[in-house]
Amino acid sequence: MDELIEYGPYLWEGFQVNLGLSAVCAVLSLVLGTILVSMRVSPTPVLRAAGTAYVNIVRNTPLTLILAFSALGLSDQIGLVFSEEPSTNGFWLVVMGLSAYTACFVCEALRSGINTVPFGQAEAARAIGLTFSQSLRMIILPQAFRAVISPLGSVMIAMIKNTTVAIAAGYLADVAFKMKDTFDTTGVSIPIFIGIALAFMAVILPIGLFTGWLAKRLAVAR
Amino acid sequence: MRVRRFSVVLAAAGALTLGLTACGGGDGGTTAKPGDSSLVSKAKNTKRVVIGTKWDQPGLGLNTGGSAPEGFDVDVATYIAKELAGDPNVQIEWKETKSDNREPFLENGTVDIVFASYSITEERKAKVTFGGPYIVAHQDTMVRADDTGIAKAKDLAGKRICQASGSNSYKRITDPPPDGELDLDAKLVGANSYSECVQKLTGNNLDAVTTDDLILAGFAGQSGKFKILGDPFTDEKYGVGLKKGDTKTCEAVNAAITKMYTDGTAKTLLDKWFGKAEGLTLPTEAPPAEGCA
Repeated sequence: MDELIEYGPYLWEGFQVNLGLSAVCAVLSLVLGTILVSMRVSPTPVLRAAGTAYVNIVRNTPLTLILAFSALGLSDQIGLVFSEEPSTNGFWLVVMGLSAYTACFVCEALRSGINTVPFGQAEAARAIGLTFSQSLRMIILPQAFRAVISPLGSVMIAMIKNTTVAIAAGYLADVAFKMKDTFDTTGVSIPIFIGIALAFMAVILPIGLFTGWLAKRLAVAR
Repeated sequence: MRVRRFSVVLAAAGALTLGLTACGGGDGGTTAKPGDSSLVSKAKNTKRVVIGTKWDQPGLGLNTGGSAPEGFDVDVATYIAKELAGDPNVQIEWKETKSDNREPFLENGTVDIVFASYSITEERKAKVTFGGPYIVAHQDTMVRADDTGIAKAKDLAGKRICQASGSNSYKRITDPPPDGELDLDAKLVGANSYSECVQKLTGNNLDAVTTDDLILAGFAGQSGKFKILGDPFTDEKYGVGLKKGDTKTCEAVNAAITKMYTDGTAKTLLDKWFGKAEGLTLPTEAPPAEGCA
């Protein structure tokens, strides 16, 4: 217990990094996931194929591999640098890798949501003269989002927990790294494990409850 | 409260065992009866030694998939095991020891003896008896071979240096004493291991890798794309880890190390593993022994 109190501020610094990563990735992965699902249901075969290929490749690659590729491949070898400050650069590399990965799951959740929208809705939208993007934006996606709030919540929860593998991109700042670093001096400490687990639960439990409540409230009555 | 009382009991038990082992070792050292518990007697009788080394450090101890790891630590370990057993055909079993399991492995007998870039420190002396040192490493800096901007460790101010997960070498650059040394304002680039640091050094996000020169030499010798500055600023005495209290084996190890340097084996081994690395000065005689305690 003493170790948890002594190293609490240090670990909290790391946990804030996890929260920052989660917040930015949530926004980016939702945006990118929506773009991807638009590609996957679009009438243009090239876009459909590109969207399908992206989702199948990235979704089936281990996250640690994607993060290592972002840092070692894209940044070190090819020269993609977000910032001259190494720690800022590391942060955005993790954001990029994690968002690219999570977007696939957002896309697939949304696609299953689109499948719950009756076909007649799309036909009616086209019949009154809306273009594909108009019908997607105004008729299909709003209903699809309301159908998949719970699954999207699960995707976000998985994403928040995935921020703890940021180490794979050589970004040594998150709470999982700080925990290991602390263990180098204190030895393995059970209270520290439990403290970090509780911190994650404190963030994630409300998200689960909130999305469950929202899903019920916004469900499309058919 | 329960927890606290329990830990007091544990601590008491720990102190008791420590005291007992210390006594046992002392007896073995003075009476030296045949069949006592020291490693040197055991090795002479059974002709078998279990040796712990690193398996992930090129040049020191690297497991290449064969029956034994390869490197300077491994060759020194083989030489000393033969000396201890007094038999060139001694059976050696190799085990991997990482930085965080060396002490427990020695204590519970998983390994008999450890050669794993194991720096002798006051903190560790409380848990382990150290033979040697068999070599003294110095923290040094490795940069790209074509880099002319960094010539001394002091030039690292404002540069990007590598922070390998689980290593504190970076602190000697960025922090003032006692934890650090130079107190320079360098930027830290994270990596999972020193091999990853070296990979990053070929790219454009890192300027220098700084840690023990013997570890760097293993990497520098591998490719030729890097150079070591040759501006050492600390002493890391690599010792031979033995079970706490085994002073008899410790004396035997020290004798073997002196013999290794006088009969020329040390020079052969040093040239074999570190001869190709630029900027590294290799020792010619045995480093002064620390004394067995």
